Amino acid sequence: MNYHLFIFIILYCAALPLKAQYYDDPENHQCLKCHSNQTYSFHNDLMDTEEKRLMNPYYILDTVALKTGVHSVFDCTDCHSYEYTTYPHAANLKLEPLATCLDCHGGDESFATYQFERIQEEFQKSVHHQGYGDNFTCSKCHSQHTYATTARTSNSVLEIVEYSNNMCLSCHNDMKKYLLVSGHGNPEIVDIHNWLPNQELHFRHVRCIECHTQVADSLMVSHNILKKEFAVRKCVECHSADSKLKASLYKYQNLQQRDEGGGALSVLSNDSYVIGTHQLPILKMLSIIIFLATLAGILTHGIFRMFKK
Amino acid sequence: MEPDKKIYFYPLWLRIWHGINALGIILLIFTGISMNSGIENRVISFKAIVNIHNYAGVIVSANYLLFLLGNCFTNNSKFYIVKPKGFLKRPMKQAYYYVWGMFHGMKPPYPLSEKRKFNPLQKYFYILVMYIAVPLVIISGFALLFPEIIIDKVYNISGVFLTAILHSAMGFFISIFLIIHLYVASIGRNPLENFKSMINGWHHI
Repeated sequence: MNYHLFIFIILYCAALPLKAQYYDDPENHQCLKCHSNQTYSFHNDLMDTEEKRLMNPYYILDTVALKTGVHSVFDCTDCHSYEYTTYPHAANLKLEPLATCLDCHGGDESFATYQFERIQEEFQKSVHHQGYGDNFTCSKCHSQHTYATTARTSNSVLEIVEYSNNMCLSCHNDMKKYLLVSGHGNPEIVDIHNWLPNQELHFRHVRCIECHTQVADSLMVSHNILKKEFAVRKCVECHSADSKLKASLYKYQNLQQRDEGGGALSVLSNDSYVIGTHQLPILKMLSIIIFLATLAGILTHGIFRMFKK
Repeated sequence: MEPDKKIYFYPLWLRIWHGINALGIILLIFTGISMNSGIENRVISFKAIVNIHNYAGVIVSANYLLFLLGNCFTNNSKFYIVKPKGFLKRPMKQAYYYVWGMFHGMKPPYPLSEKRKFNPLQKYFYILVMYIAVPLVIISGFALLFPEIIIDKVYNISGVFLTAILHSAMGFFISIFLIIHLYVASIGRNPLENFKSMINGWHHI
């Protein structure tokens, strides 16, 4: 592990002055000039002709997301073999093992806050690992090329939800990718969630994992995806004072302004509302005062009526 | 004892409207408080509470149309007309009667008659409730029933959140109105008199 760490530090230090500059000019980047386009051109040495071909759509990279992703400080050949710099790429390159997340991030103090080992532990309990074992790698959900830590950085519930749900939907709403892992077709998301009222609104405002994971308090995002039989189906689990959402979506520091103690304005500036969970403390207090004042007025008036008959 | 005089104040359509409205609003208030409280109800599920609230809301809304039509096509609407003369003085005088006058032998300043079904204070509150609070609660209620039609953001504030606040604020105002309405209804020849009138239609003067 120390060897990996050493390599990583060397690479990281070497990359710092170049941070995010690898992908600034995709058209002239040795890899991206092909891998960010629908087509690529090359000289066919065998026939001595210039050829233009379609790029495999699964190998086309989003250069904007690549530049803003967590690994933007690395160039392609930091992870992929240097031999990829020649074309045609040698066939056996595909068989080379690539570094997994824990190869770099495991046991590393600088990534301690991300708790990669705990994530691994939780993931191993999940239906993804139980069903598909080690073939279900982190990158099935978290693209190493483009991943961004939205849940940690964004202060918009909608943005966090959309980013997270797109990770799930990238397979669960894609027949080919779902089939690759599971060996059978994917059930229609809209149909299997038919029972859920205001489905569209729920999908936009809460993450799939809110109902489909076992929440772990000490982890930023729960990775123990449960079997569908154990998914939340009871409205009150979210729509109540001790809402499950408070331990999941709304626990993030970057969203914490909406806490009970916050002022009216900070509560108002949030972009979600869950009946039963979110109340304006000021209005709640005001309504109790008005209610009690009304009762007191009626009681006083009633007593006077009884005595002044 | 003054001679007993009866006026047929409350025609059948109005009593039917009032009865449905009363039951519907009571259901709406209790289910509304239950949903907003965040307290898990072990007797009736949250989903059932939401369903009751939705059905009661639609029934009360349809019933509101009966109220509007009734006021359009009968002369009941004339009781809601406010005269600019004494705009504030008249309800103040009635309020003075309720808090002081009635305990000191004062006669009601605006006794009810064929021409006057509501005293000025009562009229103002009925207008506020029936022509402002109830329409707002109906509109915001339907918006929450179809939340996808609500504007996403008003400046930086969630549209759903604002609609929900308006809905519960108006619902709260109607609840307070109901409490006062029930209490004031007990001020009559005897505490049950006005409740009986609301069932048989005849008001004793």
